[in-house]
Formats: sequence, C-alpha cells, structure tokens
Amino acid sequence: MAEIVWLGRGGQGAFTAAKLLGAAFTIRDNEKYALAFPSFGPERRGAPVRAFTKLDTKPVVDRSQTEKADYIVILDDTLFGPQLLGLLKDDGKIIVNSKNNIEDVLTFEAEKIAAEFGLPTVNTVMFGLLVGLSGIVAADEAVEAIKGYMPAKIQERNISALLKAVQEVAE
Amino acid sequence: MSKKFLSGNEAFAEGIRLARPQVISAYPITPQTIVVERLSEMVEDGSLSAEYIHVESEHSALSCAIGASAAGARAFTATSSQGLLYMAECLYYAAGGRFPIVMMNADRSTALPWNIYGDQRDSLSQLDSGWIQSYAENAQEALDLALMSYKIAEDKRVQTPYMANLDGFVLTHTYETVDIPTHEQADSFLPPYETDNRIDFDNPKNMAFSAGPDTNYIFKYKEHKGLLAAAEVINETEKEFAEIFGRQYTGLTENYRTDDADYIIVTLGSIAGLCRETADKLRDRGVKAGVVRIRYMRPFPNKEISDVLKNVKAYAVLEKDISFGNEGTVFTNVNSALKKAGIEVKEYNFIGGLGGRNISAGDIENIYTSIARGTGSVNFIGIGGEDNGK
Repeated sequence: MAEIVWLGRGGQGAFTAAKLLGAAFTIRDNEKYALAFPSFGPERRGAPVRAFTKLDTKPVVDRSQTEKADYIVILDDTLFGPQLLGLLKDDGKIIVNSKNNIEDVLTFEAEKIAAEFGLPTVNTVMFGLLVGLSGIVAADEAVEAIKGYMPAKIQERNISALLKAVQEVAE
Repeated sequence: MSKKFLSGNEAFAEGIRLARPQVISAYPITPQTIVVERLSEMVEDGSLSAEYIHVESEHSALSCAIGASAAGARAFTATSSQGLLYMAECLYYAAGGRFPIVMMNADRSTALPWNIYGDQRDSLSQLDSGWIQSYAENAQEALDLALMSYKIAEDKRVQTPYMANLDGFVLTHTYETVDIPTHEQADSFLPPYETDNRIDFDNPKNMAFSAGPDTNYIFKYKEHKGLLAAAEVINETEKEFAEIFGRQYTGLTENYRTDDADYIIVTLGSIAGLCRETADKLRDRGVKAGVVRIRYMRPFPNKEISDVLKNVKAYAVLEKDISFGNEGTVFTNVNSALKKAGIEVKEYNFIGGLGGRNISAGDIENIYTSIARGTGSVNFIGIGGEDNGK
C-alpha cells in the first residue's frame, strides 16, 4: 500500500489534492482501490490541516491515520518541521512548496507555477509535482480526476498548472 | 452503473436520490451535514423531485417526516448525536405509528465533554425505540443500504422505521470508489410507496390515537413482531438486490474466517475491516482468528451470533459504546444470545474509540492475544480491564 500525507492550511486545498489523487488512481482500473480523508474535526481557514490518501491493489480497510508515509506533500513551508521525517517510510520523501532549500526534503517554488495560471492555491501544482516525481498515477489520469471532481470553470487552469508541474520535475 | 470517488455521506445521498423520497426534512449537524447538503443540491438541480423542508430543530425534522409519512409520502431525514437525542421523543411516535421513515444517523459521541467525533453511543442508546438499526462498514454498503432501507421498512410485514448508521467521519467523511446504480435499475428494485396507513379523505380513519391498558400492549406486541419480521425481509431484499445490482450482502451479520476460529472479535461498523486484516495477520502466525460484523442491531441476530460463537474458545465484543454502570450494550446483547442458546464460552468486552479516539491495528491484535490468555471482563482500550460483576 502506498500512503501519502498532505499538509496545508485550511483553504489551501490539501484535502482536495488528497481526493484528486485517490480519484486518479482508481479512475480507470477496477482492480485499484483508494481511501482519502482529512484530519477530522472542525474546519477553520488558516489552521493546519492534514489529509491522507491510501492506495492499493486490494480494498483499503485501515481507516486510521497514516503512521508511515511514502510521500509527505507540504503546501505551506511553515508547516514543515524535522519531526516529520519520522513519519516517513525508509525510502519515503517529503515535497515542500518553498522558496528556500530545506535539508533532507525536495523543495519547489510551487507558487510561481500557480501564479502563472492565476491560481490562488498550489494544491494542483503540488499534486503535479507528486505525479511527476512518483509516477504513482499517470499525468492523464490526474487530468481526468480534475475533470471529474473540480468545478468546470477552474478545471482548465488547474490542468495546465498540473501539467506544468509534472514537466518541471521531468526535466 | 457509474463509478465515483465519494464520501460515505455523499454515497448515502446518492442512494437516497435513487430511492426517490417525496419529502426530506433536514436540520444539519456535524458529521451528518453533507448528506442533507447534497440532497438539497439534488432537489435544486432537479435530479431529485422532493419537497425539501429545512426545519428549525431535530425534533421538528422527525415530526415533519412523521407527518409526511402519515400523508402517504416516502420520507427521509438525517441526524447525529445530540440531534438524535433531541428527537428521541419522536422516534417512539414514528415506530409506534408504524411509519416506515428512513433516517441516516452519523454516529457521533454524546456530550459532555462536548465532542463532534465518532462513536456509537448515540444510536445504541436508542435500541429500544422500535427502529430497525443497520451499521454500514464502507461507502458502497452505505449507498446500498440507503436503497434497501425503504424496501425493508415499507414491507407490509414490517412497517417499521429504519435508522441507517454510518460511523461519523471515518465513514461519513472518508472518500472511496462507489458504484452508483442507474435510476432504471433502482426503479425496478424499489416501487413507489403505497400504504393504507395514511390520511385518506375518501376513507377517513383515526390515526396516531391513544390506546388504554386493555389494548395498548397488543399494539406493542405487534410492533415487536413487525421488527422481528424484518430479519426475513432483510434476507429476501438482499437476494433481490443481488440479482439486480450484483452485490450480495449477508443478512444480519457478516462472518470472516469464523468456521474453524478459536478466537473471534464481534464488532460493528467501519472498524470491522481492520479487524479482518488483523485476523489475517494472526492466521499467518498460526492463531485461528475470526471476525463477526453485526450489520443489524435491531432486529438482533441472536441465532446468527450463537451459531457462529458456539465452538470458539473465547470471543471479544469490540464496541464504541459504554452503558455507564454496567458494560457495553452490544456486549450485553451478544451475551444474551449465547445464554438463550445454552452456550458457555469465555466472553470479553473491549470498549474503544469513544469520542473518536483511534483504534489501531495494534489495539486489535492486543484484543486477540489478551482473550487467548485471559483478561478482565470489561476492558477499556488504552486504560485497562476490570471484572464486572464477577
């Protein structure tokens, strides 16, 4: 089972990204299964939010929060702390949206790409970076998930941003 | 059939859309809110033709559904936790009036301390209210139960309201893939509601009346028989459901690796999956572990449970509930089933997940190992065990 933990602040769309990944993973293949859920509780804009995506080739029955992740994707670098390394599997990776270099993690200026497409949030850019780095889903499956689960009027910009992000890490 | 990535609440709303309720009365409460929000959107966009009434309280929500049902309409409402407790008075009116309303309850902790997270103390406190009570494990089952619920509740042999319970957050807010049947399939499964138990100006009759000591108990006896009859109707309905939709359910309980099991966990709701996975792990190590998932608490699966537990060395009832001053209510019910069948097996109760506290795979493994070596009769996961009345 592959487990991805998303960290963001309320309003940044971390849970939307978690959901899009689950949808993308299962969108074409009936033998693939996913769970996606947020850290439960009251929702507040700006407050730290965690979201979880679990992917497998058999039904995912463990609904508890991830204890060891393959990837931790962080939408806001103020949420990064070295203790998060303890939440990783041995070969796990952390991807952070940040202007600065941070030790032991992969950083990208996701905001730059988001701004290029007039997006106020970096969630689909971070999703694209994860897709490009991990190959956990194909880029066109990710696009299909956006088409299926985001409001029509913001699909195009998000798809463009996602594809740009995929390309960014492919280079 | 189309496949979608949905939360438990959204899946349940899809099932209700397919069941074509004519009246929906709603008062939002976390973690139920999304189901009534989705239904309001469906009514707004025309994909569901229903009278949607946003009422001022849960007490009114169920009162409104009772009124609708008494007018001969298929009625739906939903609630959770304090909302369910606030409408408790009306639960008994609905059941005693034999109004086959369907209500979704998002299982959530009860105050105080105030808490919005999931446990099953809300619905289990209402076992005696005369409603059918189902407990879903995942979003697909939630959708399927939404569709089956009306067929079971409205059956002339049953005529009893139906409370479909979904674990708050871990089921209501978790997304997974769900097959959504077509309206054509759903319509061929579930015909429109027809009843004589309604206000009819051409054939006026007294409804929701008083009954004194001479006759009251006969109504109560018939109410009891109606709920008991649901067991057979559930099996019939699931058979018919499988023929149309291709998914076969297993009646009041679902057994996993129980045939030769020495140690069984009896539980309900969405924690059952992790119990099965843990049982597999223990089987790999030579421990004969199994799981019984109770799908219906009312009617209670007395025979199903005593049949499956009669040959085990010990069983544990794992539940997100405590009846203060005694033990978990599911434990009481399960023990009673064995006692009636004359079966003597070591029984243990594990209380966990109260107020949404996580139950881990390690906790479940501990249950199996501690019932194999013996422990207190009532155990609080993470706190410890005690002997209750022994």
